[in-house]
Amino acid sequence: MALQEKMIWVFGGVIVLLTIASLAGAILGKGAHSESGRATVENLKARVNAWWVMIAVLAVTFALGETVTLVVFAFVSFFALREFITLTPTRPSDYLPLLLAFFVILPGQYLLIAHQNYGTFAIFIPVYGFLLLPAVATFAGDTHEFLERSAKLQWATMITVYCISYAPALLLLKIPGYEGSSALLLLYLLLIVQLSDVLQYVFGKLFGRTKLAPVVSPSKTVEGLVGGGVTTTLIGGLLHWITPFTFWQATAISFVIVAAGVLGGLTLSAMKRGLGAKDWGVMIEGHGGMLDRMDSVSFAAPVFFHVVRFFFT
Amino acid sequence: MRPSSFLLTGVAKLLVGAFPRWMGCAPEATQRIYFANHTSHIDTVAIWAALPIRLRNITHPVAAKDYWGGGVRRYIATKMLRAVLIDRSRSDPNANPLAPLIEMLQLGESLIIFPEGTRGASAVPGPFKSGLYHLATQFPSAQLVPVYLENLHRSLPKGAILPIPMTCTVRFGAPMALSADETKEAFLERARGEVVRLAGNVKA
Repeated sequence: MALQEKMIWVFGGVIVLLTIASLAGAILGKGAHSESGRATVENLKARVNAWWVMIAVLAVTFALGETVTLVVFAFVSFFALREFITLTPTRPSDYLPLLLAFFVILPGQYLLIAHQNYGTFAIFIPVYGFLLLPAVATFAGDTHEFLERSAKLQWATMITVYCISYAPALLLLKIPGYEGSSALLLLYLLLIVQLSDVLQYVFGKLFGRTKLAPVVSPSKTVEGLVGGGVTTTLIGGLLHWITPFTFWQATAISFVIVAAGVLGGLTLSAMKRGLGAKDWGVMIEGHGGMLDRMDSVSFAAPVFFHVVRFFFT
Repeated sequence: MRPSSFLLTGVAKLLVGAFPRWMGCAPEATQRIYFANHTSHIDTVAIWAALPIRLRNITHPVAAKDYWGGGVRRYIATKMLRAVLIDRSRSDPNANPLAPLIEMLQLGESLIIFPEGTRGASAVPGPFKSGLYHLATQFPSAQLVPVYLENLHRSLPKGAILPIPMTCTVRFGAPMALSADETKEAFLERARGEVVRLAGNVKA
């Protein structure tokens, strides 16, 4: 099967799933009588509707090719960074490093990926961003909580720019026998991460009894984690035909993606709750912000990239 | 609306979000005077971008002539935002500085004003100047809608040129009116209180 044919099959499958989800929402809406039941169904409908939009954007992005994919992910990083900074208390003296993060580091990272230079894009933010952000901050002459303020900016750029940029960086991997098909790897990553989130939510709503992390992420349950995680890992194995992996390799790799995604979800949830918020933002109806959708991706993308780069190139 | 106006609101939304929150009223095309806290030069564009297009067509921001009166800024203010310019410095002591606003209200149009008269640095507004009171007495039928702009004082601190991207909500509160026996001071303080109330529990 050619690349395009595989893409069409995967997107076709997603559209079938979303149609089922939309129908389920409509049927559940008729049966919901209690106040909280109705609120849950309304949120479910909003989530599904937002998924239709996100899938449409993704399909158009893939159809338009690698450059557009990079630009779209640069905007994803931009919106995620915007949300992160909005929730993080900054001082007027952080103005200069904030400008640096938004208008130099962010575009710089994506330009380095466009130039297919792994050696530079892998160290640009962890080394040079890490050192430059606090260095530039000193110019304002404000030492109040300097270490805390530096750490906030470093975390913001690491998660929202560096980690997320590993997703489109998959496009530059040259895997023998898989040339020109790297877009499918990106699709595979996004599919597994998001499916894992969705199935954990579904299993949690259906069978959830035991809270997994009541303080950090109150909606996560052990039943949801196990049910959603196992199902997603299996689906990841069955989807091996769009990847360069065998069934067992794909199963193992999707397990790693799911695990990293869960850790990402927990970490970023702890972070936003520590900042006093329930959601990162308001951009995506029913989901919250961009970062509420990308939290798992930010952890899974670099791990997946390195696994593939180490074992398959 | 001009294509350049769409470009301006598009850039504003990209930089600061400007997500509308109609908390106390609906986006209706009745004559209104929107009054908001003022912390940065993008406040005007942010409120304007938060309004639906049909309301933008009948709503005019009020901008200071000494800042927005010349060059590119004048083009942005008068052509893109269709703003009314107000003479803060009162270069002609006999002229009523509110005259251009009154003219606009007489045409049935709506206004966006910043009653503090200048940009503050904190999350909650400072004391209001009396312009809002005078407009309220002369146009009792216009709805006075309090507006709170969140976060913009962080996005563009005084003296800065390029805004830091930040998600900002534009909160529209319940319309208020001047009471029959209310003094100017009491009214202005009540109006300021309405904006502060929309701020919720933000840190000052």
